[in-house]
Amino acid sequence: MGEFFIILVSAILVNNFVLARFLGICPFLGVSKRTDTALGMGMAVIFVMTLASIFTNLIYHYVLIPYGLEFLKIVSFILVIASLVQLVETVLRKVSPSLYHALGIYLPLITTNCAILGLALLNIIKHYDLVHSIVFGLGAGIGFTLALLIMSGIRERLEFADIPKPLRGVPVALIVAGLLSMAFMGFSGLVKM
Amino acid sequence: MQSGALPAIIALGGLGLLFAAGLAWASKKFAVQEDPRLPRIMNVLAGANCGACGYPGCRAFAEAVIKGQAPISGCTPGGTESTSRIALIMGLEANGEEYVPRVATIRCRGGRQEARQLFTYQGLADCAAAQLAGGGAKACRYGCLGLGTCVRVCPFDALSMGENGLPEVDEERCTACGLCVSACPRNIIELIPRSAQVYLACVSQDKGKAVKSVCTVGCIGCGLCAKPKVTPSGAITMKENLPQVDYTKGGTDLLVAAAKCPPGSYVDKVPHRPKVTIDSKCDGCGICKEVCPVGAIDGEKGQRHKVIMDKCIGCGLCVSKCPLAAISIVGALGYVEES
Repeated sequence: MGEFFIILVSAILVNNFVLARFLGICPFLGVSKRTDTALGMGMAVIFVMTLASIFTNLIYHYVLIPYGLEFLKIVSFILVIASLVQLVETVLRKVSPSLYHALGIYLPLITTNCAILGLALLNIIKHYDLVHSIVFGLGAGIGFTLALLIMSGIRERLEFADIPKPLRGVPVALIVAGLLSMAFMGFSGLVKM
Repeated sequence: MQSGALPAIIALGGLGLLFAAGLAWASKKFAVQEDPRLPRIMNVLAGANCGACGYPGCRAFAEAVIKGQAPISGCTPGGTESTSRIALIMGLEANGEEYVPRVATIRCRGGRQEARQLFTYQGLADCAAAQLAGGGAKACRYGCLGLGTCVRVCPFDALSMGENGLPEVDEERCTACGLCVSACPRNIIELIPRSAQVYLACVSQDKGKAVKSVCTVGCIGCGLCAKPKVTPSGAITMKENLPQVDYTKGGTDLLVAAAKCPPGSYVDKVPHRPKVTIDSKCDGCGICKEVCPVGAIDGEKGQRHKVIMDKCIGCGLCVSKCPLAAISIVGALGYVEES
């Protein structure tokens, strides 16, 4: 149990995908203007990350390794993630229209989110088995959501702040992202991996 | 590496085939039957997702229309055009509900010159924030805070902040979606029928003396405009020290009320009104002089009367009363620019 807890804390805080590993910066800046959209995106990412962990792990251990095709991992993982997102979208539309509409455009957007591919590759590098991969995927998703929510909260307040004209919009968002990232460096001593 | 190529192609191709088959099966198995009318209705809506219809977004409204829960005239930004086209799609007659095109109006005229400021406000540039922080800088508790929250929420760019510190409505762009109405913390913005040319631009319920101490154009609640002599249509009634205007009833008499209002709290949207002239047929009977609500006709009994141009408001009440048809309105009523 303790091990899983460490993986979770490490993925959420210490090695936060956005603020420490700098993965998924595009949605981090793109959908962090409002808290509700940030939450929608975050939920979609948690969902897909957990599922992608399972499937990429299975493909890697039961298809790629037995045939000595490890060098194909990036290509096959992209294939898996893209198909998975498409499948989830189709199923969700039928089974839970409300969740489908809540996730909206963010679900297909995730296909091209590098954080998901990064997660799949990190699972391999860290030699995680299936259960560890799922926990890591869940933690990574929560970490992504956390970063997105903090960012959106700050940006909503920034709307009313008196920012110098050349810094308005994206520039100040990048500065905030940098400051946030530095703040998350403070967690680096929390877990020794 | 030669031996690696074939297994790689087979493995990846196989995976691709497998996923494709899975997706194809899923799309059949989980196919969603969508009402073909839904995308068509969404196409004819304004598409701003403004929420004026009371539903979260255009899609939700279109679904409600198909289910028969929402009225087909619910899309205010789309207006009559949307209504008639939805009616066509749904196979309904669009005559169910009378659709009145409306427009947002700012019910405050107290700009920087007219209204007294208590202090210089330097907080968050947002009306709701100013309202919380001691009620803003304006001495009037009812007046426009002038920090432009309504301007920012307008999805159609129909509002802009004027030089006088009051928002201005671009009637061409306003769709009466009502977002500004709910955004204004002082409830100054009201949707009135587009046909209304005169409106009361004040919401103050204070007594006359209190109003006069803070604003030169605020309604003092004198009730003159509500008198039957001024507005025989009964369009104006006094309620809690403030006239309530029924724009569906009022006609020319609202113009008279605006002219009679002592502080000038009414706004006439028509910038330049035509005036009446009296021609040589006039025998000086004096009927028009009695009828004129603003005393703009002058003349001795038995002699040709004259119109005092500065006073005439172009209401046209005298025109129909003249037994000799000697009075006529020069030019057309409307948004005429001074040439």
